Amino acid sequence: MTTKKKRNTICFYGVAIVLAVIAMIPFLWMISTSFKSRGALMSIPIEWIPEEPTLDAYIKVFSKFPFAKTIGNSLFISVSYTIITLLSSSMAAFAFAKLRFPGNSLLLRCYLATMMIPTQVTMIPLFVIMNKMGLISSYASVIMPSVFRPFAVFMLVQQMRTIPNDFLDAARIDGANVFQIFGKVALPLCVPSLATLSITTFMESWNDYLWPLLMLTDKDKMTLPIALSTLNGQYATEYNVLMAGSLISMIPIILIYIIAQRQFKDGMMAGGIKG
Amino acid sequence: MKKATKDNLKRQGAGLLTASPFLLPSLAGMVIFSLLPLLISGMISLTDWNGLDKLTDPDFFQKHFIGLDNFRAILTSKEFWNALGNTAEYIVLYIPSMLAASLLVAYLLSRPRRGIGFFRVIYYIPVLTSWVAASLIWKSVLAPQYGALNGILGFFGIEGPGWLLDEHWAMPAIVLVSVWKDAGFFGLILLSGIVGINKTYYEAASIDGAGGWTKFLKITLPLLTPSIFYVLIVGMINSFQLFPQIMIMTGGGPNGATQVMVERIYNYGFRYYRMGYAAAFSWILFAIIMVFTAIQMKGQERWVHYDD
Repeated sequence: MTTKKKRNTICFYGVAIVLAVIAMIPFLWMISTSFKSRGALMSIPIEWIPEEPTLDAYIKVFSKFPFAKTIGNSLFISVSYTIITLLSSSMAAFAFAKLRFPGNSLLLRCYLATMMIPTQVTMIPLFVIMNKMGLISSYASVIMPSVFRPFAVFMLVQQMRTIPNDFLDAARIDGANVFQIFGKVALPLCVPSLATLSITTFMESWNDYLWPLLMLTDKDKMTLPIALSTLNGQYATEYNVLMAGSLISMIPIILIYIIAQRQFKDGMMAGGIKG
Repeated sequence: MKKATKDNLKRQGAGLLTASPFLLPSLAGMVIFSLLPLLISGMISLTDWNGLDKLTDPDFFQKHFIGLDNFRAILTSKEFWNALGNTAEYIVLYIPSMLAASLLVAYLLSRPRRGIGFFRVIYYIPVLTSWVAASLIWKSVLAPQYGALNGILGFFGIEGPGWLLDEHWAMPAIVLVSVWKDAGFFGLILLSGIVGINKTYYEAASIDGAGGWTKFLKITLPLLTPSIFYVLIVGMINSFQLFPQIMIMTGGGPNGATQVMVERIYNYGFRYYRMGYAAAFSWILFAIIMVFTAIQMKGQERWVHYDD
C-alpha cells in the first residue's frame, strides 16, 4: 500500500513538474534572450545563459519607444474600461433582475443574442463611425464600447436574482428611492461577482489586440500589445529587443495577478471571457 | 375592465420610467456598438465600397450596389477555401490537444497535494500573457537555427524543421503555441467542473473497490461533460476567430499556409481598402460560426450528461 502511495506521489509530481517546465521554458528563454547582445543572438552553439549579459536591449526599447507612457496608456484604458463596464452593466442588470417593465425578458434575450455577433462583423462600420466622429487615435474609441457588455450584464443578472426581494422592499419602506436601493442594497450584495468581473474585464482590455490596433495609430496613445506589435515590425529579427519589450509588458499584469490571485481564480473558474 | 387596462398601462409606463435610467447607457451602447454597425455591415457587404466615397451620400447605393457579387466572388475564390482549409487543419489539431492538455491540468490541480497553489500559478502565467507578447516569445523560441525548441531537439539528436518558415510545419506550430497559451485557461474551467462533482460518488466507488483510473473514466469524465461541452463551444468559436498569433508570427505565410478568415478580413478591409468585400467576408464567417455552434448544440444531447 505504502509503495503504491509513494509511486502515485512520484507520478503526480513528475507530471506536474514536466508540465510546469513546458509552461515556463518560453519565459526563461525570453529572459535569457533579453540580456543577450546582438551578436550573441546568433552564436552556435546556443548560449542558454548569456555569457556576457548586457542591458543593450532594454536601453534600446526605452529609447525607441515611450514605454513608460505606453504602460500608463494601458493602465488608464483598462481601468476606465473596467469601471464603465461594471457601472453600466450592473445598472442594466438591476433593471433586468429587479424592476418590472414591459419587454424585460425579450430585451434580455436580445442581449444574449448579440453575444453571438463576432467583432469582425461590426468592426468595419464601427471604424467608419469612429472616423466620422473624429475619434480615431483617441482613448475614447477603445474605452467607449465598454458601456455595452452583454456577458457582464448576463453574469450580474444571475447574481442580482439571488438577492431576496424582501431586502429591497425593506429599504423601500424605510423611504429609500430606487437609486438608493440600487446603490446601497443591490450593489453591495453583488460585490463577489463585481470583483471577479473586474478582473476578467481588466485582463481582456489589457490584452486586447484587434480593436486597439485599428484605433490607436498614434505612438503616444498606444497600449502595450500595440506598441509591442510595432516593435515586431521594426526589429523583426532582433529578438533581444523584442524579448525585452515582451518582458516589460508582462510585469504589470503579473504583479496584479499576484495581488489579486483569489479573484483571478474565481473569475476564471466562473468561465467565459477569453483572456 | 377598461379601468383595469388603463391602470395596467399606467403601471407599465411607471415601470418603464423607473427602469430607463438604469438601462439607458447599456442600451445606447447596444445600438451604437452592436445593432447599428450590424445593419451598416450588412449594407456594405452588398457594395463595392472602397472606403473613400461617403456612406451618407444620397446616390451611394446607386453607385456602389452590386448585390451578392461579393459573396459569389468570395465563395468561388481559391483563397477563401484555402483559409477555410487552414482553419480546419487548425481545429483538427487544436481541439483534441487543447482538450487533453486542459483535462490534464484540471485533473492535476484537483488533487489535494502539497504545493498545488504553486503549480496553479505556473500553469496560469501563459494565460496572463498577452497574445502579442506570447507570439513574439514563441517566434523567438521557434526560430529555426538559433531558437530554443530546435536547440532542445538537438540534444536528443533530432533536427527540427523550420517551423514558422516551413509550409507544412507553420500551422502545427501555431497550434502548439495556442495549446500552450490556452491549456491553463480551459483547465481552470474544467477544474471548477471537477470541484463541483458530488464527493459521495467517489466514496461509493471506493467502497466498490474502483481504482483511480476507473473513477476518472466512470465518474469524473461523464459528470464533466457539461464543462467539456462549454470548453468545446468556446474553443471552436475562438478557432474560427484566430488572429493575433497569425498576425505576429507568420502574417499568413509562408505561401498562404496560415492564412485564416479574420486575417483575410483585416487585410481586405484595412490594407487593401476593399470594405465591401471584407464586410461580406465577415458575414460568411458569422454564418460559419453560427452553423457550427448550432451543430454542437444539437449534438450535445447525445453525449452531455446533466446531473440534476
